[in-house]
Amino acid sequence: MTAASHAGLNLRSPHEPTAASTEIGLFGFWVFLMSDAVIFALLFATYGVMLAATAGGPTAHGEFEIGAAALETLVLLTSSFTYGMASIALKYDRGRRGLLGWLGVTLGLGLVFLTLEARDFITMLRAGAGPTRSGFLSAFFALVPLHGLHVLVGSLWIVVMMTQVMVIGLDARVKINLIRLGLFWHFLDIIWIAIFTLVYLHGLIR
Amino acid sequence: MSERGREIRSYVIGYALSLALTATAFAVVRFQTLAAAATFGVILALAFVQMIVHFRFFLHISLRKSSRHDLQLILFSALIVALMVSGTLVVLFNLRSRMM
Repeated sequence: MTAASHAGLNLRSPHEPTAASTEIGLFGFWVFLMSDAVIFALLFATYGVMLAATAGGPTAHGEFEIGAAALETLVLLTSSFTYGMASIALKYDRGRRGLLGWLGVTLGLGLVFLTLEARDFITMLRAGAGPTRSGFLSAFFALVPLHGLHVLVGSLWIVVMMTQVMVIGLDARVKINLIRLGLFWHFLDIIWIAIFTLVYLHGLIR
Repeated sequence: MSERGREIRSYVIGYALSLALTATAFAVVRFQTLAAAATFGVILALAFVQMIVHFRFFLHISLRKSSRHDLQLILFSALIVALMVSGTLVVLFNLRSRMM
């Protein structure tokens, strides 16, 4: 098994699952991720269709701020990198301190992202740009907060995994779930690339 | 270099590349000099490259045999997504232009 196939499993000791069974366990999770990607893709298509349906209300150009979107992107991207560092700590370190530390940093960044995003939504709602205002805003509030909800669930999952690492320790099931969580977290960052490009940047083009 | 060092370097390269691509995309829109359609094309291309960077450096999907099944699944899903999204857009934009 080479280094880069799936970061995280220490396959050297005899009681760990073999590479093959790990691959199968992760493949199922990939199927889930891809079905989730289909849901997001169709919400993107709906958003594209609804873009012009502003009903005389707020438009993309009036509502989005490039600075806020850039900051959220930076935070989420950095959290993806810190999760990578957690995967490396899981794979190579003997102790759990590095792993828990990087997971903690990732969780913190996830919560910062959620706070920034919630602040954006509240600003929009206060300005009367809620989901009931127009088809465009309904599509926006179906797509972007769904991603936020995923990040929230991912953050809860990090808390659960940190607890399991502290209570149960690093047995094979905890390890494979940490790898699944990593796939989920990196996948959310990929969805965010589509959101900041197709929603925020596209809306701000003059 | 140790295996650990090589893996860390891979994450650092991925992070640096995606930061550069993101910054370029935001700069292209913030200091817009191109026409609207050209700008949209540029940021779409940047997003596509950044997705590949993420798959390669963060999710470890490569052309190697060990991740071939995952790659096939991702490519098949991309095909499904492309069919459904382009179908939706074609049908509904066509409908709108007929109703205008």
